[in-house]
Amino acid sequence: MATKEIAGKTVSLTEEGYLTDPSQWTREVAQAIAAEEGISMTDAHWKVIDFLKKDFAETGVLASMRRINKTGGIPTKDLYELFPEGPLKKAARIAGLSKPTSCV
Amino acid sequence: MKKILIIGAGTAGTMMAVHLSRKLNHKEWAITILDKDENHYYQPGYLFIPFGIYTKKDVIRKGAKYIPAGVEYLLAEVEQIIAEQNKIKLKDGREIAYDLLIIATGNNIHPEETQGMVENGWRKDIFDIYTADGADALSKIIPDFRGGKVAIHVAEMPIKCPVAPLEIAFLTDWYFTKKRIRKDVQIDFVTPLAGAFSKPATAKVMGHLLQERGINMVVDFGTERVEQGKLVSYDKRTVEYDLLITTPTNMGDELMARSGLGDDLNYVPTDKHTLQAKAKDNIFALGDATNLPSSKAGSVVHFQSEILMGNILNYIQGKELKESFDGHSNCFIESGYGKAFLIDFNYELDPVEGTYPLPFFGPFSLLRETRLNHIGKLSMKFVYWNILLKGIPIPGISAKMGRAGKIIFEA
Repeated sequence: MATKEIAGKTVSLTEEGYLTDPSQWTREVAQAIAAEEGISMTDAHWKVIDFLKKDFAETGVLASMRRINKTGGIPTKDLYELFPEGPLKKAARIAGLSKPTSCV
Repeated sequence: MKKILIIGAGTAGTMMAVHLSRKLNHKEWAITILDKDENHYYQPGYLFIPFGIYTKKDVIRKGAKYIPAGVEYLLAEVEQIIAEQNKIKLKDGREIAYDLLIIATGNNIHPEETQGMVENGWRKDIFDIYTADGADALSKIIPDFRGGKVAIHVAEMPIKCPVAPLEIAFLTDWYFTKKRIRKDVQIDFVTPLAGAFSKPATAKVMGHLLQERGINMVVDFGTERVEQGKLVSYDKRTVEYDLLITTPTNMGDELMARSGLGDDLNYVPTDKHTLQAKAKDNIFALGDATNLPSSKAGSVVHFQSEILMGNILNYIQGKELKESFDGHSNCFIESGYGKAFLIDFNYELDPVEGTYPLPFFGPFSLLRETRLNHIGKLSMKFVYWNILLKGIPIPGISAKMGRAGKIIFEA
């Protein structure tokens, strides 16, 4: 674990750059992490992030791409366009949630 | 008289029936188990059918044979679980009330969840090895395969027996090498994961082995659709094939959707340690039917069944559910050429090196390819039907993962 200054805030991160303390998440931090991933946030991106955060608060687990599609109403194809190359990994990181475990 | 009802007489349900019939007072508790299929399947054996090592006959027995005396066995299909009234409704309209319900309904493949998979060649040039019929159908065409592109494919996680696609890849390589046409066969391993397996230590070992065997890895492949002879990903990559051996989307039983007890994939939200369903106190679940982040595998069911038995006793005595499942899983990974790996892991620990089940003595080696592991894998068929299903304990094998004699990598 390491700490890093992102968007003027000191945050704790895992080796792979995922926030370890969800309370350190702000929209500015999210934007800065997105920029590191080469993504500039639009309303469509925020819709995904907001859904992930809301769903996590309710269920305690990171939504799968299937759930983002079926429950969040965001087609998987759009997800790949918004967050290219590993959409769930990137979206989870921007949302300040832990890395998808991708199941055993 | 109180009633315990088990839905599903597969590995999980049968093991629970055995435990319960031994531990419960038969004057106080009536135990009923039901299933819609009269057959019990030795699912780890499917893998060997396409390559002529096993036939369908090796993997199918009558389910009733394994249900202990004193347990009522019903062949019936459940229409709905009505949790708030503690009862189930059968398809034929009959109702059965229960005091305690165990859900052991497993999971199934759903090729129709991937666009084009059923329409564009299901059981013609697209096969699964997750059903006895699928494995049998593949066994009929693979001897006539003269060369071309074989894709071993995983549509979506999570899947039953997550190492099975790797085993299929290794056995495919071995099979065509043995037939002396390996140079005419291209094998692609196509997965939505970032590597060969979800656990890093195993992913590395398996990744190397795939490479050594000349099997191409295509990773992070989110399958959007199947076209004639071609897989297409969401990010517009394609993999062509002459033969597709796929693991379609896995889902829990539709009964969960009909009963309002399932998640997006019809898995039952379940406490990952106590195995109590989140929906109601008197419902428990184990095996492939749950949403637990543990492997969907027979060994896991075996370990869970011991934990669950303890917690059911706690529950009916009004005690705290203090038995805790640690995610323990172990499995043989058949790697072809008469060899296999064995891996052992849990929720927290990555697969380890060392020996199993006994520290230092083994006889099996963890995370290493040996002939003895292969013999272990083949002997599992006998062990399954004659020892595991009958609930006979095996020395050294416990529900919780042991650390002695193992090299532990913290995950």
